Amino acid sequence: MQYNEEQDYTKRFDVGVWKKILRIAKPFHRHLIAIVALMSFTAVFDISFPLLNRQAIDRLAAGGTLAGLGGFIALYAGMIVGLSTCILVFINLSGAVEIGLCRLIRNIGFKRLQELPFSFYDKTPVGYLIARLTGDTQRLGDTVGWGLMDFMWSLAYIVIVSVTMLLINWKLALIVLAAVPVIAAVAMVFQMKILSGYREVRKINSKITGAFNEGIMGAQTTKTLVREEANEAEFRELTTAMRRSSVRAALTSATFLPIVVSLGGFATALVLSRGGYEVSVLGTASIGTLTAFMSYATQIFEPITNIARRFAEMQQAQAAAERVVSLLETVPEIADTPEVLAEYGDSFHPKKENWPKIHGDISFRHVSFQYGGGGEEVLRDFNLEVKAGQSIAIVGETGSGKSTIVNLLCRFYEPTEGEILIDGVDYRKRSQLWLQSNLGYVLQTPHLFSGTVRENIRYGRLEATDEEVEAAARLVNAEMFIRTLDKGYDTDVGEGGNLLSTGQKQLISFARAMIANPALFILDEATSSVDTETEQKIQRAINTALTGRTSFIIAHRLSTIRNADRILVLHQGEIIQSGTHRELLASKGVYHNLYTNQFRDEQERSILSEA
Amino acid sequence: MTNQRRKSLYLLMKGNLLRYIGAVAAMVMGVLIGFVAPLMLAGTIDALVNAAAGNTAAAVTLPGPAGAWFMARGGVPYLLSHLWIVAAALIALHAVGGCFQYLRGRWTAQASERFCQTLRERLYGHLQRLSYEYHVKAQTGDLVQRCTSDVDTIRGFLATQLVEIFRSVAMVAVALTVLLGINVRMTLYSMILVPPLFLFAFTFFNQVRKSFQKADEAEGKLSAVLQENLTGVRVVRAFGRAKFEEEKFQAANDDYFRKSARLLRLLSVYWSGSDAMSMIQTGVAVVCGVVLVVTSPGELTIGQMVVFVSYISMLLWPIRELGRLLSDLGKALVSFGRVSEILEAPAETDGPDAGDYPLDGIIEFKHVGFAYEEGHDILRDINLTVQPGQTVAILGATGSGKSTLMHLLQRLYDATRGEILVGGVDIRRIRKAHLRARIGLVLQEPFLYSRSLKGNIGIAKARCTEEEVTAAAQAACAHEFIQNFEQGYETMVGERGVTLSGGQKQRVAIARTLLKENDILIFDDSLSAVDTETDRAIREALRQERAGGARHATTFIISHRLTTLAEADVIAVLQHGEIVELGSHRQLIAREGLYRRIYQIQSALEDEMKDGQNPEGMNARAV
Repeated sequence: MQYNEEQDYTKRFDVGVWKKILRIAKPFHRHLIAIVALMSFTAVFDISFPLLNRQAIDRLAAGGTLAGLGGFIALYAGMIVGLSTCILVFINLSGAVEIGLCRLIRNIGFKRLQELPFSFYDKTPVGYLIARLTGDTQRLGDTVGWGLMDFMWSLAYIVIVSVTMLLINWKLALIVLAAVPVIAAVAMVFQMKILSGYREVRKINSKITGAFNEGIMGAQTTKTLVREEANEAEFRELTTAMRRSSVRAALTSATFLPIVVSLGGFATALVLSRGGYEVSVLGTASIGTLTAFMSYATQIFEPITNIARRFAEMQQAQAAAERVVSLLETVPEIADTPEVLAEYGDSFHPKKENWPKIHGDISFRHVSFQYGGGGEEVLRDFNLEVKAGQSIAIVGETGSGKSTIVNLLCRFYEPTEGEILIDGVDYRKRSQLWLQSNLGYVLQTPHLFSGTVRENIRYGRLEATDEEVEAAARLVNAEMFIRTLDKGYDTDVGEGGNLLSTGQKQLISFARAMIANPALFILDEATSSVDTETEQKIQRAINTALTGRTSFIIAHRLSTIRNADRILVLHQGEIIQSGTHRELLASKGVYHNLYTNQFRDEQERSILSEA
Repeated sequence: MTNQRRKSLYLLMKGNLLRYIGAVAAMVMGVLIGFVAPLMLAGTIDALVNAAAGNTAAAVTLPGPAGAWFMARGGVPYLLSHLWIVAAALIALHAVGGCFQYLRGRWTAQASERFCQTLRERLYGHLQRLSYEYHVKAQTGDLVQRCTSDVDTIRGFLATQLVEIFRSVAMVAVALTVLLGINVRMTLYSMILVPPLFLFAFTFFNQVRKSFQKADEAEGKLSAVLQENLTGVRVVRAFGRAKFEEEKFQAANDDYFRKSARLLRLLSVYWSGSDAMSMIQTGVAVVCGVVLVVTSPGELTIGQMVVFVSYISMLLWPIRELGRLLSDLGKALVSFGRVSEILEAPAETDGPDAGDYPLDGIIEFKHVGFAYEEGHDILRDINLTVQPGQTVAILGATGSGKSTLMHLLQRLYDATRGEILVGGVDIRRIRKAHLRARIGLVLQEPFLYSRSLKGNIGIAKARCTEEEVTAAAQAACAHEFIQNFEQGYETMVGERGVTLSGGQKQRVAIARTLLKENDILIFDDSLSAVDTETDRAIREALRQERAGGARHATTFIISHRLTTLAEADVIAVLQHGEIVELGSHRQLIAREGLYRRIYQIQSALEDEMKDGQNPEGMNARAV
């Protein structure tokens, strides 16, 4: 839950985080240097235009001569070409940094996510992770690419324009420069206020989105409870708050620009009054100088507000940077040791030639386990010996530790105490990929990926031929329904397989698990009911899957339970009964109860649906 | 735009129109004032030039009455020795201009935010009142999208773009008027690139929209790959597919990168190109100005030349923006259309003679039939009479129509044939809100609101006490598990709270229904996810309340638990939309039929226990 109310800004500037970001951005260091140089050129060009106009006024217009007009035009044209080129290049450079850095961070982040263990996923919502690699990454790319450009240009502009003005006429220059700190202070205060105003708006906005979501998803329930008006009243509070804070934020913006412009106007007026005096009485300034200074006086507020804005945004960017860095720096709790990596390779570069062949004997030796370090022990001193080829059905109430056993066996988690041996060797002495490559896993709620039926089955063995894919489908009785689909094996299954029914998804996930002919088979049986025909197909698929493999099944269906070589009845992390169906039934314990309830349910269902 | 849409737009605008007019007026004033400052500078510069040339008798060319005012006090020399007056006027101008700018911002913000508030409230309210059927079929994601992003597009248009378009047009109009008044030829020179610049911006943004769309789509795809990988992390790990997934992600990432890079190149060409055009235009104005000043003295003064150059630089940016805004205009219209589609869907209504009739009378289903579409009957010729206070159990397979039958009673759907009477009154003549308020219906898959458990349980009754909440929770066997939460009744549930199991959710839903006063109670398979013991305890609690004389709710229970069914006064067995068996437990077990067969499972089970030796043979015998 702590992730919902994430802080989206930080107060103190933290050099360390930015150093880390710069280190990540190493491939772009040349770009960044080029941007710094280029922005100084751009500022020089920007500053030169008023000077050029000053020349035009003083030399040509006031001088009453067109001599040198050609040269002037050439110079002007040259500067236009120069500045346009600068703009073209820096947009490409900054943009390249932005999108390149985003791509880089996303790739690193994604790779890291593939290595992080389940314990990490347990406490981190998917939405949070997606936000790190989308919104936050984008903000970082923007800050590093465009922020630097903006900042450098503004800084160069202020420095160069100050020097230029001081060189031309230091008294007038001081008048303009006197306005700089005032504008800077005002801009800084306002930018902070504006940003925090919009932050507030965003917060309420996400509440409104939530309210719409709830209003739509709960509409049916709302009707049955006649809650319409009460809901609306609550919603009205939100929209009112939204309007108020939006207007407040807009008013801050609406106040800011006029104030800055007025300050600029003040400076212009002072320049005019003093400059006019110098032109007419003292003769220490030309008319061209006067117009150039007035241009500078109005233009200088842009770089100042730019810097203020970028500074204010920096707070948010830094919060994003901290979150991204912390994701990239998360150390996987489950990792292969260096020795294992050297012998068997990692997930990305496996050394399959060194992999031992798996036989399928499994033993849990004094295994204890607790989730997330501090909690209650889910398993206590758990012992189990399974011979290769045996099938084990695990039954018990929710929370009895059924999934934990499977999770440990798949090495999604590792035991906090004790060890798990595969073919007599602690599985931590083999690579994760080795284990996973020998594993066939069917989840309770099947998860398919976008793509075709064929691609989804092939997920189990990437190098499988089309014939092998179809053979796997046949093996689990999925071929018949696949043939009836629009494009057969090339039918798109939709996002998460949504275009298929639950039963169909289950059959495909069986085919996916079987295609690699795994030595270990793990099934978390679905509780949801599917139509009788599919149900029978699934039952046959299970029977096929069990033959000749060591298998663990979290079982709900009676036929599955009965067919297992051994049934474990779990209660609060301990095996309270163990044996074959017949043995357990005879002992009249917990299993007897579970069995009779299930029996009744299944019989009822079959009588009703057959009718 | 249809008339209906125009009308709904008008209704939304009503009350904001004045503010908009004010905003536009303030904007125009701001533009006008913004154009005065350069004229003041021009007049001053001309005075300085004239003085330098010894031409102190020349006219003071300050705009409006200012020129005459200075002339009356001694012309150029007076102006030059009282430059502070011009400076003060300049400051005043900026300040007044700033005020108008502020007013413009204020009124637009108020108007657009009010507009959106009304729009959001109408959307929300309308969504609540759309039919049950609409929501069954609705795509939540799409609806939320329309209510949020589309509304936001409209808001963006109203808050900034609309007035900006006016501003650009106003600026061009004012600038043209002033400049034409000064010098026609020079106006032509300094405006020559304005139309092409506008067209460039307009066509560019029209063209580039496709590239934007492609980049957006690629980004969407990238997010989808990421999302699927993270939600399917178990599959990825179980199959050891880290490398495969990384390659897939990289491909999507590269694709997005390429499309963004293409967009970036296009934009860089646009920005540098339009900047170059702007600079060329300024350059042309400067050069032509110089030539005019030098070659035909009297036609253009230096001050006026400065006016041209300032006006041009003021105009160029809005012109480019105008091109972009106009090409974006369509987006807001599309969004408004999408939002209107929701508002135009017909809402539920009551008949003109609908009233609040009592609902504690006898309930009669008379030849009731129902079909979602012609020819596909869900219910056929249902006849059922229920005395007040009776308990009716309904048994049937999935799809036999039992839930639909219950939905008819609460008028979530209306019967397509026959009639349902309560206390002799056709329920179609009863006001829906009244009917539903007096009938407690617990849905099979109840929805919990994102708020505390206490809030959820007390949601159906205004001003309920803590005791009532606890009592209802106890009756629904929810009290115990709620107390086990660290924060008890204050525990947050729903999207942002703890996840409850199916059985827990159902018990909370039962509690919230029991808390309000009901004449009729319906449990739509609501006890399926709780175990047999809890089921029994809940029914026991209901019975006790009845015995205590608190309520005499007529109760309908959809269930296939034998113990539940056996205790009902009447049992109805539904098959393919028809009642095939009706009677008490005693009556039904005496007849050959579905009910009796289910009843006999118990004995089949006992047989099975006796000879567990032959598990395969058992199925056949039981069925």
